[in-house]
Amino acid sequence: MSEPVRRIKAPVRLAFEINAGHALTGFLRAIAEGRFLGQRCVSCHKVYVPPRGVCPTCGLLLGEEVPVADTGTLTTFCTVNVPYEGQTMKLPYVYGSILLDGADIPFPHLVQGLPVPEVRMGLRLKAVWAPPAERKPTMESILWFSPTGEPDAPFASYQEHL
Amino acid sequence: MYDPAAGDGTLTAPYVLEYTYRRSLGPVIGRFLTGLRDGKIEGIRTPAGQVLVPPTEYDPHTGEPLTDFVEVGQSGVVTTWAWIAEPRPGQPLARPFAWALIRLDGADTALLHAVDAPGPEHMRSGMRVTVRWRAERVGGIGDIACFEPEPVR
Repeated sequence: MSEPVRRIKAPVRLAFEINAGHALTGFLRAIAEGRFLGQRCVSCHKVYVPPRGVCPTCGLLLGEEVPVADTGTLTTFCTVNVPYEGQTMKLPYVYGSILLDGADIPFPHLVQGLPVPEVRMGLRLKAVWAPPAERKPTMESILWFSPTGEPDAPFASYQEHL
Repeated sequence: MYDPAAGDGTLTAPYVLEYTYRRSLGPVIGRFLTGLRDGKIEGIRTPAGQVLVPPTEYDPHTGEPLTDFVEVGQSGVVTTWAWIAEPRPGQPLARPFAWALIRLDGADTALLHAVDAPGPEHMRSGMRVTVRWRAERVGGIGDIACFEPEPVR
């Protein structure tokens, strides 16, 4: 007899069709046009990007759509050093939380354009968009964020948004 | 509630969650699947004399480790079943079939597998079925292609 069986492949695969809903659809259509759209809470006045339709703090429907800048401040970040299945970026690379100017919650995306050891909290960043012809209503329309060259934002300017 | 037919202008996209797990089997399920690869079905005997198929590493009543393997029959009795009118990708058969709990001859517990029957009117609890082996076996539960109704003698 040949070798005993010691392991099996046991993949799990769940194929969904996901619906973005009204709020996120508006956001994604704006992304395809190279701009950010948030939503402001009528009660706490916080601006959520991406919008969720409902304020998670107040529990109220978010009303007004608010344009948000494609520049912002890096609040926190992590450096990815470990390869994983499906990885497309060259290691090491930085994934950060970016507080867009005019928004109240940070937005997660890639940080590129400077050596990894120089990435720091408070770094000022700007979205690098895919060429207009290649933009679609998906997050891939934003390639990454790269430094604007401005002085770092003071900690006090984002300490409430970590 | 979201209705994809409503055409309300919201965006939809495919979203696939996939985990490419590999699982180590341990001594008991490892031996069970090795048996399937070699064309035999083995259960395990408890101190109380029950034969469990598929085998477990521990006695479900006392928690004692189990090591006493016994080969069981390749035919048995359907204890319960459910008809699958529209099989999904990755299921044992591409045409409608029954999921069934099958108590093999010589076993005291039932094994879940597919039964290839022409229709639900051919299924009943208590019917006899027999294994249909896959031609190329690799050491997995899929080495049993399915069970099929035993010809009535």
